[in-house]
Amino acid sequence: MTRLVMNQDGMAPWRIVRGTLCLLVAVFLLAPLFVVVIISFSSAPFLQFPPPGLSLRWYVQLFSTPAWINALVVSVEMMVPAALLATIMGTAAAYALVRGRIPGARLVMACLMLPIIVPGMITAAALFGIYRGLGLNGTLTGLVIGHTVLNLPYVLATVSSALRVQDSRLEQAASTLGAPPWATFRRITLPLILPAVLSSLLVAMILSFDELIVSLFVSSARVRPVAVQMWSNVMGDFDPTIAAIASVCFLFALLVLVADLALRRGPRLT
Amino acid sequence: MIENVLELAGVAKRYDAVVAVDALDLRLQTGEFLTLLGPSGSGKTTTLMMVAGLQQPDAGTILLNGAPVTRLPPYRRDIGMVFQSYALFPHMTVRRNVAFPLEMRGLPKAEIARLVDEALALVKLPDHGDRLPKQLSGGQQQRVALARAMVYRPALLLMDEPLGALDKKLREQLQLEIKRVHRERGISVLYVTHDQEEALTMSDRIAVFNQGRIEQIGAPEDLYDRPATRFVASFIGDTNLLPGRSLGTSAGLCDVETAGGRLRAAVRAPIAPGVGVVVAVRPERLVVRPEGEGLSGTIVDVIFLGTARKYVVRLADGTECIALRQVSDPPLDLGNASVRVSWDIAHATAFEA
Ligand SMILES: Nc1ncnc2c1ncn2[C@@H]1O[C@H](COP(=O)(O)OP(=O)(O)OP(=O)(O)O)[C@@H](O)[C@H]1O
Ligand SMILES: [Mg+2]
Repeated sequence: MTRLVMNQDGMAPWRIVRGTLCLLVAVFLLAPLFVVVIISFSSAPFLQFPPPGLSLRWYVQLFSTPAWINALVVSVEMMVPAALLATIMGTAAAYALVRGRIPGARLVMACLMLPIIVPGMITAAALFGIYRGLGLNGTLTGLVIGHTVLNLPYVLATVSSALRVQDSRLEQAASTLGAPPWATFRRITLPLILPAVLSSLLVAMILSFDELIVSLFVSSARVRPVAVQMWSNVMGDFDPTIAAIASVCFLFALLVLVADLALRRGPRLT
Repeated sequence: MIENVLELAGVAKRYDAVVAVDALDLRLQTGEFLTLLGPSGSGKTTTLMMVAGLQQPDAGTILLNGAPVTRLPPYRRDIGMVFQSYALFPHMTVRRNVAFPLEMRGLPKAEIARLVDEALALVKLPDHGDRLPKQLSGGQQQRVALARAMVYRPALLLMDEPLGALDKKLREQLQLEIKRVHRERGISVLYVTHDQEEALTMSDRIAVFNQGRIEQIGAPEDLYDRPATRFVASFIGDTNLLPGRSLGTSAGLCDVETAGGRLRAAVRAPIAPGVGVVVAVRPERLVVRPEGEGLSGTIVDVIFLGTARKYVVRLADGTECIALRQVSDPPLDLGNASVRVSWDIAHATAFEA
C-alpha cells in the first residue's frame, strides 16, 4: 500500500497539502507579530490597521515616558541576575543530581521542576504570602528571587539532559589522570555542556522578561517590570506605545534567539 | 624498588544480589605485564575499577607500591588507565589531551611540551598533535589514549579491553606496540581482555577469572600445558575433553576407564576410584596413527589449515576429538577405516567431572 503512494505522482498532492498547512501555521503564528510591529510605526493616535501613515512618534513617546524607561530598567535589573542565578544554581543542581550518588535524586529533581508544573497563579500567591512576612513584596530582590525560582526548572532540564548525553567516562578518565573533582568539572564537564548552559541562560532571560503573573503579584508601582507596565497600560489608556514596546520585546527575543542559534552551531574548541 | 607494585587482599564487590568480585587476592610484580582473562561478566572490569578507585570494594585492601589506597579517590592514586572507549576529551586537541595529566601535576610548560613530544613519538603519532580526537582513526585514538595514560609515568597502567573495538589486523599490530612500550618503559601493566590469544601473546602472567574468582594464575605456558581446572583447560586454547571414570590415583597419575579403553592422566590431587572425570588433551598433543596403541576411532573429517591439518576423529563411544598434525607429516585418509589415538601421559590432565 505505502509503496504505491510513495511514487512521484502520489506524493505531489500530499506535498501541496503539507506545504499549505505549514504556510497557514506560520502565517497564523507570525501575522500578529507583524501587525504589531507595523502598528508601532503608525502615525495614528490609536490602534489602527493598516495605519494611515508612518511615524516614529510612539518610539519617541516610549523612550521619553519615565514609567516606561523605569520599567525597562527594572526588567533588565531583574532579568539578568535572575537568569544568572538560575543558570548557576540549575547547572550545579543538574551536575549533582545526574552525576552524584544522591539518595532520592529523582524526588529532588521532581521538586525543583515544580514551578513549571504548578499553575503560575499558585506559585505567585505562595511567593506573595512568604514575601509579606519578609518584607520582600515590591522590591527588586523579591522579583529576582521569584524569577530565579521560575527559571530554575528550564535550566535544570536543559543542563541535565546535556549531562546525560555526555559520556561520564570522560570524567572518570580525567579523575584517573589526576584531576580533582573541581578541575574535572571546569576543564572537562563544563566546556562540554557549555552550549546547553549558555542556551538556558538566554532562555531564562527571555522567560523572565516576558513573565507576568509572579511579577504582577510581587511588583509595586515603583518597582514595575515591562510586562506589568504593559499589562496596566492595556488596562488603561490604549495607544500605539504598547505596540512600540512590544516590538522592542520582540527584537530582544529575536536577538537572543539568533545568539542561541549561533551558540549551538559555533565551534566547541577550547 | 618495591617488589609488588599492586597487591589485592580479600577484595570483594557485590552489586545487590550479584557477586561481581569474590574475596580476590592478587599480586602484580613491578614491571610485570599481568592480564585478567575471563568470560563476560566474570568481574574483570570491576576489579580494574576498584584498583583505579572508580569503584569502592565492599571488603579487602588494595596496596599500591606498598601503601594502602583502598579509600583514596582515583586522582590521588598514581595510576594510568586506558578505557575501551578511549575516553579522549573531544574538545581538546591530541596535544592538550596528552598534556592534561601533566598540567594536573603542575609541571612547568617547557617540561610538559617535552614530555608530550616524547609520548607522541613513542606511540608513533608525532605529527598529529594539533588534531581533534574525532579527526583520528580508531587505532590512532587508541594510541593517543595510551600516550595520555603513560606520559606521567604512573606506577601502574590499567587497560580495560583497550583493543576491543578494533579489527583483527590493527589489534595484532597494537598488541605488539603495547608490548614494545611496556618493554621500553619498564612500566607495570594490569591488562583486561576476554580474548585468550591476546592474553597469551602479551602477558608475563595471566589470571583466569571465572564468576568473580581467579581460577588459576600463572605464565601463559603453565596455563596452557598445566591447567589447574577444567574451566581453564577449556577456556584457554582448544582442548579435547574425554569423559571417563577414575580407577584410582598413584604417584600423581590417575587411571581412567573410558568407553574407548583405559588411559592415564596427570592430576593435581588424587581422585577417588569411581568418581567421574574428564581427561583434557590438547589437539597438537594427540598422536593419530593407522595402528598401534591407544584408543580406537575413525577419521570423520580432515581440515587443511595451511601450516597444519586438523583431523576430527570419532572414538568408539561416539566422542569426537580433534588432532593437529603438521602438513609435513604424511596425510591420513578420511577413508582410513580405523586409527589409533594416543598421547604422552605428561600432556593429559584429568579433572573431576
Ligand atoms: N554497575 C553495575 N551494577 C550492577 N551490576 C553490575 C555493575 N557492573 C557490573 N555488574 C555485574 O557484575 C558482574 C561483573 O561485571 P564486570 O563488568 O566486572 O565483568 P567483566 O568481566 O568486565 O565482563 P566483560 O568481559 O563483559 O566486560 C556482572 O555480573 C555484571 O552484571
Ligand atoms: Mg569488562
